[in-house]
Amino acid sequence: MDGDATLETAASLVGAVAAGDLTARGATREALDRVIRMDASLGAMVHVSAERALARARQLDEAPPAGPLHGVAIALKDNICRAGEPTTCASRMLTGWAPPYDATVVRRLEAAGAVLVGKTNMDEFGMGSSTETSAFGPTRNPWQLGCVPGGSSGGAAAAVATGMVQVAIGSDTGGSIRQPAALCGVVGLKPTYGRVSRYGLVAYGSSLDQMGPLARTVADAARVLEVVAGPDSRDATCMDEGPWTWAPRPIAGMRIGVLTRLVEGPGLQPEVAEALAKAMAWYEAAGCTLVPVAMPELAWAIPTYYLLATAEVSSNLSRFEGMRFGLRREADDLGGTLERTRSEGFGAEVKRRILLGTFALSAGHQEAYHGRARKVRQLLTEAHDRVFRDVDVLLSCTSPTTAFPLGSRLDDPLAMVLSDVATVGANLAGLPALSVPCGFDRKGLPIGMQLQGPRGGEAIILDAGHAYERAHPWWTARPPVAWDLQPLAGGTRA
Amino acid sequence: MSTPWEAVIGLEVHAELATRTKIFCGCPTTFGQPPNSQVCPVCAGMPGALPVLNAEAVRMAALAGMALGGIVADRSRFDRKNYFYPDLPKGYQISQLAMPIVSGGHLDLPLEEGPKRIRLIRIHLEEDAGKLVHRGSSGLAGATHSLVDLNRAGVPLIEIVSAPDLANAEEARLYLQELRLVLLTLGVNDGRLEEGSLRCDANVSVRPAGTLALGTRVEIKNLNSFKFLQKAIESEIQRQIRRIEAGEPIVQETRLWQEDKGTTVSMRSKEDAADYRYFPDPDLPDVVLDDAWRAAVSKGLPELPAARRERGVAAGLSRSEAHQLAGDPALWHLLETVVGHGTPLRDAARWLLGEGLGCLADAGLDAEAVLDRAGGFARLIELVRAKRLATPSFRKLVRDVLVHGAEPEALAHERGLWLEPDDGSSARIVDEVLRSLPDQVAQWRSGKHQVRGFLVGQVLRALKGKGDPATVGPLVDRWLETPTAD
Repeated sequence: MDGDATLETAASLVGAVAAGDLTARGATREALDRVIRMDASLGAMVHVSAERALARARQLDEAPPAGPLHGVAIALKDNICRAGEPTTCASRMLTGWAPPYDATVVRRLEAAGAVLVGKTNMDEFGMGSSTETSAFGPTRNPWQLGCVPGGSSGGAAAAVATGMVQVAIGSDTGGSIRQPAALCGVVGLKPTYGRVSRYGLVAYGSSLDQMGPLARTVADAARVLEVVAGPDSRDATCMDEGPWTWAPRPIAGMRIGVLTRLVEGPGLQPEVAEALAKAMAWYEAAGCTLVPVAMPELAWAIPTYYLLATAEVSSNLSRFEGMRFGLRREADDLGGTLERTRSEGFGAEVKRRILLGTFALSAGHQEAYHGRARKVRQLLTEAHDRVFRDVDVLLSCTSPTTAFPLGSRLDDPLAMVLSDVATVGANLAGLPALSVPCGFDRKGLPIGMQLQGPRGGEAIILDAGHAYERAHPWWTARPPVAWDLQPLAGGTRA
Repeated sequence: MSTPWEAVIGLEVHAELATRTKIFCGCPTTFGQPPNSQVCPVCAGMPGALPVLNAEAVRMAALAGMALGGIVADRSRFDRKNYFYPDLPKGYQISQLAMPIVSGGHLDLPLEEGPKRIRLIRIHLEEDAGKLVHRGSSGLAGATHSLVDLNRAGVPLIEIVSAPDLANAEEARLYLQELRLVLLTLGVNDGRLEEGSLRCDANVSVRPAGTLALGTRVEIKNLNSFKFLQKAIESEIQRQIRRIEAGEPIVQETRLWQEDKGTTVSMRSKEDAADYRYFPDPDLPDVVLDDAWRAAVSKGLPELPAARRERGVAAGLSRSEAHQLAGDPALWHLLETVVGHGTPLRDAARWLLGEGLGCLADAGLDAEAVLDRAGGFARLIELVRAKRLATPSFRKLVRDVLVHGAEPEALAHERGLWLEPDDGSSARIVDEVLRSLPDQVAQWRSGKHQVRGFLVGQVLRALKGKGDPATVGPLVDRWLETPTAD
């Protein structure tokens, strides 16, 4: 199809529609076609709303193009509420539930002209780093179908990597946008906590959760953030700031802190370290100053994250009790119904985290666990603030390894957890963080580089990511699953 | 000789705040609407919905705190209280544990012998739960199934926790009555115990009189009327004394008052108590209040019942008159409005209690409904005070003035009720009437003084309504006391 090149990014698509070279309907049809052609082997989508999307596209074609996402196909992670659409969080617990209301991001995306084509697969309630805990079965990595796409926004990353959609909205509690973006070779942005309204995002760890875009390019991610960011009277934790906008600025003179333990050394796949070293050398050549940063406090990040996130989970998931929505398994009495519903509705990982969190909050243990974790979180936040007084961005790996084989870590929850080592810091400190593709390993699996910024500093990490991306257009590579099924113009493998 | 015992009682009062909308969403709080008609994703606990704090609820809680002499915190925080129950949609109640909005304070009980100060520990904000409607039985026991109504879920509550300063059931009842009155006067609660907008739990223990150590405490729930509160506490005190005297231990537990049995029954013991796993609610930022905000709120503080009563007594009202007036904020408002038109408080109060209330009751009106007639009412009182109208004329006119808004001057004119300036004609008529009733005059002189009323009445009759008992009475007395010429 001739329109393929224009379908690569949201920016090119919006331009083509505005120029009259393409209709929103044509773009939407292509998106739906790609889902049909590719998703049987990927499992990225859990729900496709074809008719609604086409009707919406037809509507858009009748009006003059206006919004910055006019005609752009967007998929939502399945923990984001859209009125009348199934929203399952990839859990049996929410089977059959369709929220009666739209998330704030949904309203903003639609107002900007986006065409929402469906919901993407994820780890159940966002709990996992591989999209294997989904009640619908795993999503496969489009670069190697035997590997995981990362998680928990694995479906979103796979859908963007294969061009089913130009953009997907994911959520990130401990790395759930950035890590799958890295493992699937796309851009993933976790905004500052409070930048994007959480209204309509089914909560995992409320003090950590933040929605953000997965896209092919940094500019596309910024374009989407411009649409969804901003204060919301329905979310009291939203920042009280005006609209957020971005225009790329030159990076020469930028001070880039390098988290030494997260760019080299044990635990890091050598090819990841090599790719990061090359990127760092490029930044230096581009006029940036590299500053080694140790930040020993990061050693506490994972236990702190798991204590806080699980505590919030144990409370956030209490509402799933079979009384008002979703799964209900009747028993003889109230307690029995509650027990049966929750036993059958939740998967093993979710139960594990509910139990951990319940314990961490229980009488006699609360101060030792939850109380202490809150204090350490404060220390970590202060440590980040200190670092950002000296540097503009913090560079590290997004994930210490590239995509791992399906099933390889399922029986080892601790190994799964440790893969979040580079990402949880930004959630604990509420900072923005971006993952951009920075190469491939020998098996052809993508590598991601993480750029973290100070609170409210999305613009500077996007500047850094955008400059690197222009010099290294890794994003133009296409995964074989897309390549094999339908050669797309402009796609070259690295 | 048996040991004398004394009771130690503290109350926890839940008061629904009279906000128009719920505490964390925009749903209305109107009572008595069809089930689940005032519900949205937020108060129904839908996945993804988030709470946003209602500023008016904060204002009302702070106002209550100020009126009760507490400290309104610079920073307070909402916590989640986690437990499962079908009337609790989120599986947790948003409440305040470690950092309540108000700390300390006190309430003075208006006892006959003088006020008794009851200390308050705290006031915190929280959301109400929904309501279960049990089917197949009158209560939970024996019900075949239960229906959930979430209209009440998310209605703002303040919980007011007293120190254990109450010594008996009577004081507990008085405390609840006085607290209700304060909240009603502030306009932060509608005072309707029967609708559950004011609810009370009591903590009761007993100890040998005069000792300091507290006994084991029992919590009694479900005390939804002044009568039940008093009866339940009395019954619980007696139960505890009986057990102690029989050598049985008091178990720390929660008991329910059962009106039909006239006693409390065990609901759950301390061992069964839930671990609520409180932790700060990450969805709600801390509530930060500064002096400027507090100053603005305190401008809305009305005069409190105790001060009103004191002012009433100082103006010459009896204690019971003062209590009656201050005990009804709407009536007091009407009184103040009448006084605002220049009538002395004592006259306004006496005429309101003596005549006004009856008219309103007959017409089925609330004092608030006739506020705009206060001016007419004040002028009517003034006409009597200036002796332009006789007291009986007041009674004839008050209904039309207060209930229907008639102008007292026009009405008096129309009905021909103006008193003529007294040119001595009254004295002449007194003389005529009394001379025509020699038997009754003789009775009076022989000591049967009750006959005076009859004599005054006969004179007033002869004056055809233009006489004033206040003038006629003394004239009759003088005539009777003066030895006659014959």
